[in-house]
Amino acid sequence: MRKKDLSLLVLILVVGAVVAFINPRFLLVGNLSNTLNQVGLFGIISIAEAFVIIIGGIELSVGSVIALLGVLFIDLIVNHDVHWLVAFAIIVAAGLAIGVMHGTLVTRMRIQPFVVTLCGLLIYRGAARYFTEDATAGFGFGASFPMLEWLTTGRTNVLGFPLPHSVVALILVTAVAWVVLHRSVFGRYLYAVGKNEEAARYSGIRANRVVISAYIICGGLTAFSAVLIAMYTRSISPAVHGSFYELYAIAAAVLGGCSLRGGEGSIIGVVLGTVLLQVLQNLVNLLGIPSSLNFAVMGTVILIGVLADQYLTQRGRRAKAAKERPETERPETKIPAPLLDRANAE
Amino acid sequence: MPEPFLELVDISKTYPGVVALDHVGLSVSRGEVIALIGENGAGKSTLMRVLGGVVEPDRGVIRLEGVERQSLTVADAIKAGIAFVHQELNLFDNLDVAGNVYIGREPVHGGLLKLIDRKRLHAQVRPLLDRLGADFEADAPLAELSIAQCQLVEIIKALSLDARLVIMDEPTSSLTLTETGRLMRVIEGLKADGVSIIFITHRLNEVMQCADRAVVLRDGRMVGALKRAELTPAAMIRLMIGRDLKSLYLPPAAPPGDSVLEIVGAVTDTYPDRAVSLSVRRGEILGLAGLVGSGRTELARAIFGIDPLRGGAIKLDGEPIRIATPQAAIEHGIYLIPEDRKSSGLLLDVSIAENISLPDLASYLRFWMVDTARETENAERQRERLNIRTHDVATPVGLLSGGNQQKVVLAKWLSMRPKVLIFDEPTRGVDVGAKTEIYDMLRRLTNAGVAILMISSDMEEVIGVSDRIAVMHEGAISGFLDRSQFSEHNVLQLAVGHTV
Repeated sequence: MRKKDLSLLVLILVVGAVVAFINPRFLLVGNLSNTLNQVGLFGIISIAEAFVIIIGGIELSVGSVIALLGVLFIDLIVNHDVHWLVAFAIIVAAGLAIGVMHGTLVTRMRIQPFVVTLCGLLIYRGAARYFTEDATAGFGFGASFPMLEWLTTGRTNVLGFPLPHSVVALILVTAVAWVVLHRSVFGRYLYAVGKNEEAARYSGIRANRVVISAYIICGGLTAFSAVLIAMYTRSISPAVHGSFYELYAIAAAVLGGCSLRGGEGSIIGVVLGTVLLQVLQNLVNLLGIPSSLNFAVMGTVILIGVLADQYLTQRGRRAKAAKERPETERPETKIPAPLLDRANAE
Repeated sequence: MPEPFLELVDISKTYPGVVALDHVGLSVSRGEVIALIGENGAGKSTLMRVLGGVVEPDRGVIRLEGVERQSLTVADAIKAGIAFVHQELNLFDNLDVAGNVYIGREPVHGGLLKLIDRKRLHAQVRPLLDRLGADFEADAPLAELSIAQCQLVEIIKALSLDARLVIMDEPTSSLTLTETGRLMRVIEGLKADGVSIIFITHRLNEVMQCADRAVVLRDGRMVGALKRAELTPAAMIRLMIGRDLKSLYLPPAAPPGDSVLEIVGAVTDTYPDRAVSLSVRRGEILGLAGLVGSGRTELARAIFGIDPLRGGAIKLDGEPIRIATPQAAIEHGIYLIPEDRKSSGLLLDVSIAENISLPDLASYLRFWMVDTARETENAERQRERLNIRTHDVATPVGLLSGGNQQKVVLAKWLSMRPKVLIFDEPTRGVDVGAKTEIYDMLRRLTNAGVAILMISSDMEEVIGVSDRIAVMHEGAISGFLDRSQFSEHNVLQLAVGHTV
């Protein structure tokens, strides 16, 4: 585990301990299980977002995609009697297709990712509302998919703790994403393109393909979570379902050490970032803080977290540079500027 | 003889390891046009930066209209009427002509808001446009102007500041012939108005056309001045060269073999109507010389598949190959070490080991994962082989010195058995010790059968390291030189487009 991730874990434990101390209900099995369920759902979209952020992009349409694919999924299995496995496959395929589209617009058409996905945010939200005529989509009375429901929203007892299946899903996704990002060649390419696309190209990396792949992975994972979230809420009002979820995902990724300039972040960090956000949500509820302050608390903690991280990395770099300098260069030489303000964007 | 407007006496400037200016003197009279010539790195730009107040000289006196000073500040220079027209134009292409000329000094309406008085702004610029015979309006958006027109805007900006000395850094390097002719007439006009001009150029024809005097710098020293009557290409070149070139040459172990890389009629985007043909033989270092902007880097980028090749063919071992992407070049064993290692050669905050393995990660796989132990092992091997000075191959590359960074870029490709190595400015920003080590490595590579194409603007390097030299001039090869013909004179002749 990286030092950064470790300090995030410590922060989570400290916040958790403080909450538990003030309100012991935090530690009730029911509460922990519910909080973990939220972590599972949001963790997957945060990992999805992290892939795009690591290559130096951004994906703003996550929430709208969750709404659109959610209503489509429910429509397929409820109104069209499509088997849920088939419907699931269709939804994931649709998510991948959205990823292909965004990736292509970003690389081949050279449109900025912010703009592409902002348009996506508006388009998919509108499409979802149009599709249901702004009505709430849900399961009819008595409609029942026992297997699907068990898989997506069920809980299994593990050593007496009801572990939500969304968490199992998150653990699987995390494991695969960790190997891909931190151990595979493709993962190296993702970071290389995020850090310096030109140098990656000069090293023979097909940068455009790497970028498109990141958007495709993001789209697929978002579709997966769209199904989980649809099954969890069981009814979808397309105007608000999933709105702001992209911001939760971006926040978790940033807390987890991703830089919006690209090339940084770890999967463990992103998951821990999600945990911290959900614990904060829980904290607002349990400590009797007015729920209207929810966002304000989250924003403040993220800001403090990022500031602390900035401070610590700079100090770490200086120490490292000081260690490297004496042998390699005259001591009066300063640390190269690019290291201090990694101007990847240039 | 009127008192000179500006006099530089005994100016010296030393940077760590380099004497940029060595007791240089220069005087400029009113209405005089001075051409400043010399090779890349002769100190021309540093001298002009002293005039602009950007560089403070270590010693010497600057006498401006009779007032002596040790150095100038940028404000002094502007106040004294010294204006620059830079090679890379410092203009805002989202503004119009008048907006650029009066940037930061816009005439405003009174009142709290200080709104820009557009009418007055344009009215102030119009007479200046007429004075230079400009063929565009004061409200023309800059983005729609050609480079030559943008240059005029810079000159107009200078005039609007009451410039009495305009310094132009290679003003014609990106102009067409007609545009150059027009610029020459503008210079004549300014001269007639009593404005002095210093222009840095590599084009000797222009010097003869419009300079009253040519001042020649070499290795930071002023080596001579030629009056108008003495301005001939031969006289100028004689002054520009004549450095003592240290012998760097390491003879190859065996005579060169067959041609490995052959370029036939290659056309790049920069010079769409010029074609380049050359071939690099096994075990040979072919130096590619030429002035900055002669199209060498563009050629290298096209061979490596970064930019598209607009025409011509590439042959490897006699077989025509198609290179549309860097991957294709790499698969053929053709590797490029780019000019700017910071932006295109390295991931600065990534470890040495990961930088080295990046182009060849597929060969480090174990169970579909990158085997970091083997990666480190290879990096350690390269570190020893190339003498990369660091504690640890896990160190981020950005913390290394320039020379060691360059060795890391080299190590990337050496792990992959190069066939052809294209080395763009191998020792730019590299200290002397590492330079020798890099030259040494180049020779060891050619002795192992690698063909090397070495682009270099450093005369000492081109002559000292190459087995053969090709010289480019404005997008085409102007000639080849064998070792027996190697001389600064010959390289320079070809670089400025003359024949040997």
